[in-house]
Amino acid sequence: MSITSPRSGPSLESPRSRRGGQRSNYELYAWLFMRVSGIVLVFLVLGHLFIMNVLDGGVQRINFAFVAGRWASPFWQIWDLLMLWLAMLHGTNGLRTIINDYAERDQTRFWMKMLLYVSSAFIIILGTLVIFTFDPNIG
Amino acid sequence: MATAPVGTLYRGREGMWSWVAQRITGIAVFFFLYVHVLDTALVRVSPEAYDIVIATYKTPIVNLLEVGLVGAVLYHALNGLRVIAVDFWAKGPRYQRQMLWVLVGVWLAVMIPGTYFMMIHTVEALFGSTP
Repeated sequence: MSITSPRSGPSLESPRSRRGGQRSNYELYAWLFMRVSGIVLVFLVLGHLFIMNVLDGGVQRINFAFVAGRWASPFWQIWDLLMLWLAMLHGTNGLRTIINDYAERDQTRFWMKMLLYVSSAFIIILGTLVIFTFDPNIG
Repeated sequence: MATAPVGTLYRGREGMWSWVAQRITGIAVFFFLYVHVLDTALVRVSPEAYDIVIATYKTPIVNLLEVGLVGAVLYHALNGLRVIAVDFWAKGPRYQRQMLWVLVGVWLAVMIPGTYFMMIHTVEALFGSTP
């Protein structure tokens, strides 16, 4: 396309035409996920912070026995599991966006995202195993 | 701080700075989350290992960092709700600035008593005269 002749109207491509290939809605779903998970996390995380840091002596009362008492209840197990998965996916997608914004070289962007995905998968799997295999009589 | 360029709606103004803060608090909270899952995973090692590491959370400096963490999470949560309102509420874009000042008010109203309750033990341990 030439920029020297501003009146070459008919040769202009339609600005909103799709540029070949299949278009995916992945980014739309990622955008929506940030909002939906965000609303759920407001309750899960702020509730968690209030219980752990403020209520009934705050962090000073937390120890192994405290964790054992909480995870004896499926309610708190599910709370923590949901919080772990949503927060990790929310945070991973947030960092993916930031890497895409600032890492300019294709190679850098690719490897930073690989590092992000591998470490996030590790944390999600580890956290899930800890919640489900917790043994109050360990020591 | 440099003054906002004349005629710019976004750059250098509340909209941009609230976005910058959303990114910074998000990154900070996410890295803490990695560490927090790792420290909690010590319950699978032994009660002693877990209790030793959790004891660091009870020291004055880490206790202060926890207040910072809570402040970061609270900002990120409130500003996230503001972003959702801008995206989905018809009048959201028009009131985005007012919503930011409401956010600051709610943040202060929660953080002032919150800091008191989070720090009370540390302050008493450091300066208190209780036997």
